[in-house]
Amino acid sequence: MTEKNTPLLDELEKGKWPSFVTEIKRAAVKSEAAGELLQVLERSYKERRGHWKHGGIVGVRGYGGGVIGRYVDEPQTYPNVAEFHTVRLLQPSGWFYNTKTLRTVCDIWEKYGSGLTNMHGSTGDIILLGCKTEHIQPIFDEFSDAGFDLGGSGSCLRTPNCCVGPGRCEHACYDTLEACYNITNEFMDELHRPMWPYKSKIKFSGCANDCTSSIARSDCSVIGTWRDTLRIDQEAVKEYAAKINIKAAVCDKCPTSCLTFNAETQELSVVGEDCTRCMHCINVMPKAIQPGKEKGATILIGGKSTIVQSAFMSWVIVPFMKMEAEDDFAEFKDLMRRIWEWWDEHGKSRERIGETIYRLGMTKFLNGIEVAPVPQMVFRPRANPYVFWNQDDLDRSGTALDGSKL
Amino acid sequence: MAILDQGPPHYKKMLPPIVQENYGKWKYHEIPSPGVLKHVGESGAALYSVRVGTPRLVSIDFIRDVCVIADEYCDGFLRWTTRNNVEFLVSDEAKLKPLLEKLEAEGYSVGGTGRSVSNIVHTQGWVHCHTPATDASGVVKAVMDDLYEYFNTMKLPAKLKMGLACCLNMCGAAHCSDIAIVGVHRTPPRINHEVIRKGTEIPSLVASCPTGAIRPDPKNKSVIVNEDKCMYCGNCYTMSPAMEIYDPKNDGIAILIGGKTSNARTSPSFSRMVIPFLPNTAPRWPETTEAIRKIIELWIANANDGERVGEWVERIGWERFFTLAELPFSDMLIDDYIFSRETFRTSAQFKY
Ligand code: SF4
Ligand code: SF4
Repeated sequence: MTEKNTPLLDELEKGKWPSFVTEIKRAAVKSEAAGELLQVLERSYKERRGHWKHGGIVGVRGYGGGVIGRYVDEPQTYPNVAEFHTVRLLQPSGWFYNTKTLRTVCDIWEKYGSGLTNMHGSTGDIILLGCKTEHIQPIFDEFSDAGFDLGGSGSCLRTPNCCVGPGRCEHACYDTLEACYNITNEFMDELHRPMWPYKSKIKFSGCANDCTSSIARSDCSVIGTWRDTLRIDQEAVKEYAAKINIKAAVCDKCPTSCLTFNAETQELSVVGEDCTRCMHCINVMPKAIQPGKEKGATILIGGKSTIVQSAFMSWVIVPFMKMEAEDDFAEFKDLMRRIWEWWDEHGKSRERIGETIYRLGMTKFLNGIEVAPVPQMVFRPRANPYVFWNQDDLDRSGTALDGSKL
Repeated sequence: MAILDQGPPHYKKMLPPIVQENYGKWKYHEIPSPGVLKHVGESGAALYSVRVGTPRLVSIDFIRDVCVIADEYCDGFLRWTTRNNVEFLVSDEAKLKPLLEKLEAEGYSVGGTGRSVSNIVHTQGWVHCHTPATDASGVVKAVMDDLYEYFNTMKLPAKLKMGLACCLNMCGAAHCSDIAIVGVHRTPPRINHEVIRKGTEIPSLVASCPTGAIRPDPKNKSVIVNEDKCMYCGNCYTMSPAMEIYDPKNDGIAILIGGKTSNARTSPSFSRMVIPFLPNTAPRWPETTEAIRKIIELWIANANDGERVGEWVERIGWERFFTLAELPFSDMLIDDYIFSRETFRTSAQFKY
């Protein structure tokens, strides 16, 4: 028998922010496992340490990932969470739901699992928190019948996700929802059957506001942008001028000083080729300023968290790419295939692609994926002269191997 | 038999009609009140989204509850945000006020828009992970309770995004948040030689250490840890159960500030450590909530209009920040990892 009191956790039912303790208690009404989770957690609060054992390998037939195995460290004391595995489900693009679909998720999960979820995991998946090994396959079978599939885990393509994009945002420069759906489907094999040196993530943001934080949280960040000049509606500018100080709030904060507000004529002008499309002016005056018409995305590579070689933010490899559903995102898919092939060949075990590129150099990477170098890839050129030259390209005819003149 | 590789449910089937009709044709948006967004399409149609905070870890009862509300006020359509808030999608303006009243009456937290503290992106903690140095849900609850007045208002200098990662792996977006709460260990792993001999792949274990602190010990059929080189990242434990690293008395929390991912005005930036350690004082983590509140209040008092935390600190200088914040500066805040040199001051420009 375990102690049923949870005095420490009870403290966390007070206060205005919604309480996860209340949520676990609600689930515990119907689930012994959720009740025991509360006991384990109370103990962690008392002892200030976790009580989950080192991971375990569990899964479903046909896939190499999607389920995270988890075991409590004292199974005799907590038999109902002795096995407490997590199932990841692929979420719909932009996390749009209808209530019918959500109720289906709840019904199936109620039947087999703890009744606890994470809406959603950091990568995007619907997280079903806590089930027994024997139920993993039936859970998958039923979710599959209901139109769901497992998300990614392990050394594979993880579940891609996207911002709300054209679904509800005037800034979207490409169809993030369709790109995410279409491209996830294209790479089902890479997602379900781990075959790479390590994990690889893709995130789709419709503009440089980057609402998915793709630059920090994905190996490949697809950030919407435009190539022509932003569009200004001078009538709407005048309306803003009556409410805000356009010079101070917009022009003075433009990173490239390419905006001018003429106080007399009340007109805003931009030097188009100087704008770096940071989104600031558009964010402040969404009714008056719009992205340009020639839209697409910038592709950046290498983002990851601290382990092992420090955190990386993704950097530019393709300044502008069309992202069109009409051509099935062919150019992007083709690029991804070349990138993964190069990484698969050169990456060490548990080395994110950003680290592989850092170790071997951008030159080798760009040659490998057949992308030509452009100045947009760097903030500034190198400061040291230690350049690798391809010796075959040089004229060595004047010098013999021993250094003597020929 | 399950169908393999069928992919995610099709998003198009779950978009409310107003979204289908105005898809990609939105003109502008406004924030009529905290927690409420109004998006207007070129057609003139208006969609109201009402944003509600969630603890992310929710029961199916919670999901069913929000479904009942969505059925009544939103024709059965709702969505989640990238920061794990729920948004009720209202296409009938007449239903907006009744929905807000309902949410108020039922005790939901409406907010998280514009210049507010939105939900804290966080991880598993003691609820489900095997490498945590702190809890996730509990710390988030304590911090959000304390900062609630900034969730349901929009009175900050700019938006404030927070992230929490329960260990140095830093899942989520802690490394690029205005304020990041990171679980840290401070003691080296304890080697269980028995477990290693029973089947740890020693070369992979040795290779997992970022500082090369682990080397094989062939005589013992195990490994040795050079404790002077270990900075307690716990990556070796991720590789092998033989390297337990949790330490109740010495695990705790570090605070990093000034990161962002948006490109507006300034480039995206990493968060930087300003407090190397705070204790794990469960269940309310008062040292952590207090430290965060102080930083936020200092930012409110000193930042220019529209300035994110990192933009403010970079403008006044980090040395000035430490003075204003009355935070002790120690060697622990000076980078000594791989890319440290770029963080040193290679200039004679600074403030006293
Ligand atoms: S990233 Fe840009 S397009 Fe996407 S939701 Fe954010 S502001 Fe809108
Ligand atoms: S998008 Fe940014 S860089 Fe371009 S004009 Fe606006 S503020 Fe300036």
